[in-house]
Amino acid sequence: MSFWMKNLPGALVIVIFLYILNMMMSSSGFFGMGVDNYTARLLVFIAINIILATSLNLINGFTGQFSIGHAGFMAVGAYASAYFTVNYGQGIVDSVAFLGETGSTSVVLLIAVAIGAIVAAIMGLIVGIPSLRLKGDYLAIVTLGFAEIIRIVILNIDAVGGATGYQVPGYANFLWIGFFTILTVVIVHNIVKSDMGRALVSIREDELAAEAMGVNTTRYKVISFVISSAFAGIAGVLFAHYNKFLSTNDFQFIKSFEIIIMIVIGGMGSMTGAIIGAIVVTLLPELLRELPPIDLPGFGVVNFADLRLVIFALILILTMIFRPQGIFGTREFGLSWLKRPRKASEGTASVGGTGGVPIAEDEDAKHLTSDGDKNE
Amino acid sequence: MDTFIQQLINGLTIGSIYALIALGYTLVYGILKLINFAHGDVYMIGAYMGFLLAVYVFGSQPSIFAFVTVLFGSMIIAAIIGVLIERFAYRPVRKFSRMTTLITAMGMSLLIEYLFTFIFSGIPKSFPLLISNENYNPFGNVTINTSQVLIFVVSLLLMVGLQYIIFYTKVGKAMRAVSFNLNSAKLMGINTDFVIAFTFAIGSAMAAAGGVLVAQYNNKIFPLMGLMAGLKAFVAAVLGGIGNVPGAVLGGLLIGMAETFVVGYGQNIGIPSTFRDAVAFAILILVLLVRPSGLLGSDVQEKV
Repeated sequence: MSFWMKNLPGALVIVIFLYILNMMMSSSGFFGMGVDNYTARLLVFIAINIILATSLNLINGFTGQFSIGHAGFMAVGAYASAYFTVNYGQGIVDSVAFLGETGSTSVVLLIAVAIGAIVAAIMGLIVGIPSLRLKGDYLAIVTLGFAEIIRIVILNIDAVGGATGYQVPGYANFLWIGFFTILTVVIVHNIVKSDMGRALVSIREDELAAEAMGVNTTRYKVISFVISSAFAGIAGVLFAHYNKFLSTNDFQFIKSFEIIIMIVIGGMGSMTGAIIGAIVVTLLPELLRELPPIDLPGFGVVNFADLRLVIFALILILTMIFRPQGIFGTREFGLSWLKRPRKASEGTASVGGTGGVPIAEDEDAKHLTSDGDKNE
Repeated sequence: MDTFIQQLINGLTIGSIYALIALGYTLVYGILKLINFAHGDVYMIGAYMGFLLAVYVFGSQPSIFAFVTVLFGSMIIAAIIGVLIERFAYRPVRKFSRMTTLITAMGMSLLIEYLFTFIFSGIPKSFPLLISNENYNPFGNVTINTSQVLIFVVSLLLMVGLQYIIFYTKVGKAMRAVSFNLNSAKLMGINTDFVIAFTFAIGSAMAAAGGVLVAQYNNKIFPLMGLMAGLKAFVAAVLGGIGNVPGAVLGGLLIGMAETFVVGYGQNIGIPSTFRDAVAFAILILVLLVRPSGLLGSDVQEKV
């Protein structure tokens, strides 16, 4: 009972907030205050990217297993749910028509999310069990390979449009997208704070020591990989049902890299870092578009928006050189920063203990990394 | 039978290119334990530098001299770029964890790809013909053209040259020492920074040669051409046993042939030719699960 007393007000506030946001994005707006389509679309993509970054952070940041194939699981979720909605969605909408238009499409969307999450989780299990036997850069390249194989297989399935793309009904509204974003953040946060989270962090810090302490490392690695894939699947479902069109080009390497950039900039192993990273990576290209074009002599007019990926890459390299643990490292940013003196908050608020511990270091690199910590 | 031999030749052609790129991966991995993601993009840089030289220096006039100059010119430029990449991106992060260096390498790869997309636009450019292309029919209906012959000859020469550098020169000996143990090599008075830079230079030059040769063969270059080729070459390096020089060549040839056979014969067993790009990854996953040390690799093998 006390659980509900404690959390109900917060949940209500969130629901009301999302409801208002959702109304603001519709054409009528909320009491005349509305945002245009462009801003609405941007907010939706920020939300979807937050789901992707937070879920990838679970496996990359907290468990320390470097996966770079997240877009593959997103694609699986997107296409599996889209297939369901296209083929069975209308039938379900008709049979629950008494719920009204929004209600009946929401039913379909929820089933689609469940399907997308389950199929992506199964795919995560299939990919995870063999891959997670590998470590470090081999794991990275195998996840990349699996993601590409998934994409090429989807490209060859004619039932989901193949190379021509796939039309999907746009059942997702911001109410649901925001709801699943918050749900993802809450669930990942709770996992990290739970016993399982401790086990994951112990694997990141020292796999051998974790195993010696009785942590079943393989089991935990696979579980976190599966959960991470399921959330990537959910992000895919929401993307498919919001964007109304799917093409395998949306799920190429570059998408996986983009998610990596989000969590690297934010700091691997920091929830708030991943969220801020997702916001920055989504907004930056749009902000660059605002800058006036400059006229380079001998080269022509240069638009900063065309340079966005170059700038991303530069940010990534410079972050690695000057602050390899990302902006936040493993620290969290939140109200606790304001309440407590910073010294004290480090011990309680951070997950990984001391900030700035290099992630996923291995035995033969350890003696080389020891002086890296002092670089901060 | 003729078709089979034709497929074999085509497979060996593209396989030789993969082998040239794979050598750079394997050299760098042997020394730094770093997957140099940007290596595939150095191959692309090689092709573009060759393009610039061919168009602006030779005005697209085909001759043997033009070909040789373009080849060496782009190899030298790529070697310099490889050294610069090592100096300004990898050396500062060398003391951090391996994940940090891996992410830096990914960032470097993106930087090169999008910088070139920005400068040259993403539209493919047609590569001028440097040596007039002729078709030969050595036996039956099998066709082999000049570009293919060039690919075989040049890659063979480069591989033999590399083998000579590694095993019969002083710097090669230093490379072997550094790959064995970097810190011990440093204690023995080897200038490890120089050896690492040298390794990047050689690897980049070979990749650039591959880039020019493939541009000559396909007549087409584009800024993202290094992405897939680089990944496949990496698979080739892993297949042969990463850190192992003959292994990289063997792996490259095998990947090239596997790919060509999937395109050529895949339909007969129900694999559409669009799976061409997936083959390399399927091989990679199998190799890593069954024999992670690769075909020729082993833990005690001498590595560079």
